[in-house]
Amino acid sequence: MSFKRIVAIVLRQYYLMRGSPARILPLFIWVGIDIVLWGFMTRYMNTFSSAGMNFVPVILGAVLLWDFCIRIMQGVTMAFFEDVWSRNFLNIFATPLLIAEYISGLVVSSVMTSSIGIVVMLVLAMGVFGLSFFIYGLMVIPFFLILFLFGIALGILGCTIVLRLGPAAEWFIWPIPAMIAPFVGVFYPVSILPAWMRMISALLPPSYVFEGVRAIVSGGVFSGTSLVLGAGLSVFYVVLSGYFFTKTYHHAVRTGLIARYSAENLG
Amino acid sequence: MIADKTVLSVSGLCKQYGAKSAVDNVSFKVKPNEIIGLLGPNGAGKTTTISMILGVLEPSAGTIVIEGVDLREKRSQALLNTNFTAVYAPLPGNLTVLENLHIFGLLYGVNDLPQRIKSLLKQFDLEAFQNTKCGALSSGEQTRVSLAKAMLNRPHLLLLDEPTASLDPATAREIRAKIRAFTSEGTGGVLWTSHNMHEVEDVCDRVLFLSHGKILLEGNPKTLPSEHGKKNLEDLFVAVAREPLTLQNG
Repeated sequence: MSFKRIVAIVLRQYYLMRGSPARILPLFIWVGIDIVLWGFMTRYMNTFSSAGMNFVPVILGAVLLWDFCIRIMQGVTMAFFEDVWSRNFLNIFATPLLIAEYISGLVVSSVMTSSIGIVVMLVLAMGVFGLSFFIYGLMVIPFFLILFLFGIALGILGCTIVLRLGPAAEWFIWPIPAMIAPFVGVFYPVSILPAWMRMISALLPPSYVFEGVRAIVSGGVFSGTSLVLGAGLSVFYVVLSGYFFTKTYHHAVRTGLIARYSAENLG
Repeated sequence: MIADKTVLSVSGLCKQYGAKSAVDNVSFKVKPNEIIGLLGPNGAGKTTTISMILGVLEPSAGTIVIEGVDLREKRSQALLNTNFTAVYAPLPGNLTVLENLHIFGLLYGVNDLPQRIKSLLKQFDLEAFQNTKCGALSSGEQTRVSLAKAMLNRPHLLLLDEPTASLDPATAREIRAKIRAFTSEGTGGVLWTSHNMHEVEDVCDRVLFLSHGKILLEGNPKTLPSEHGKKNLEDLFVAVAREPLTLQNG
């Protein structure tokens, strides 16, 4: 692995971002709107909740955590899409760049871009709506870590789909978080889901995070084993998505798709 | 171990797309300081061959060895001292000349990068455009940026797919002179495709004529036409394109 080559991928993203409002504004506009919307929603819910139940850490905290995961995913895919949009695959993959370096560069780019959105979310949620992460205690660290890893896995999966199916498949990527959200129980306990959805839920790491959030806020018991399971699943999905990306890249090299990517499908 | 003086060694290279053979058992070598012209009509297999040498297209059979390193086994190492420019692969238009050169310099692991970029900007007369986005440049200026990028890592193997296609005659002549200087001053070898036969005759030490994925003819561009009863390289090219079987059998 070459540090310089990873830096090149990150630097490319930085060059594109600086002085480009079209790239910078979406980093915090949507998450900002989400936090404002759910912030007022939770305030409203607090007005008719029984026994002084506070929805801020349950709902707003969960929204923030879920948005964090989505931002990480989109950070990876957006950095990849820059190569798709500028038809840069031939130039970039004809260099000594390794796939592991390329993916590492996309992930670091995502951390860089996502951190802007996360800061905005935290400022709004904590400053305006009184969300405090102290209520989660140290558990907040594994929560973020699991969602970070799962966001990376989803991001690499998105890149894989677009690499395999061509630029038009970008449309498949944006709805992925919305498709996953009902299964992971961002807003409600997984227990209310039908059995078949609960089975899928058990395979998705964020489910363990949101179950944990609710358990901690309600003062219930939360098993560390489920966090370990969530973390293990996240690591597994990162490895799996990396494996599929590599396989898809080799398929693209075999069929000539890398050299003629705009043709979309040569296989 | 005997030092391998060959920059590029291609042996038995094939690329099959289903029943269609895009490249069929192609073998050739490029030596240091040598400019090899890869000629042939559209669809002859030139770009497919170059794509395979660049590692962006996997051969169906055959081997590609760059400075003794097998591309299939050690792709990254083999490509470290290779570079290319092609009319169909412009640099990202949403980055400036300087940004593109910086990024590709890092990807190729160029030492003393700022100094190298400065010298290439001067060499290719790009200083005035260094902060201009590549997409805003004329096609000729973009070609010069692509050539500057191709020279970043002082490649030992330089692949040029129609490098002067969009240049005016004066600029094309300058570029040819620069590439000739590159091979005569350093240790690099060049594989060059062009449809401009005068250019090929002027620049190339040896040419390979490809037709239907096979090497049909090989030799010195100055003597090859007369050896096959043709007036010049252009006539020979037309004959290769129209009557490949006649030449193959002759």
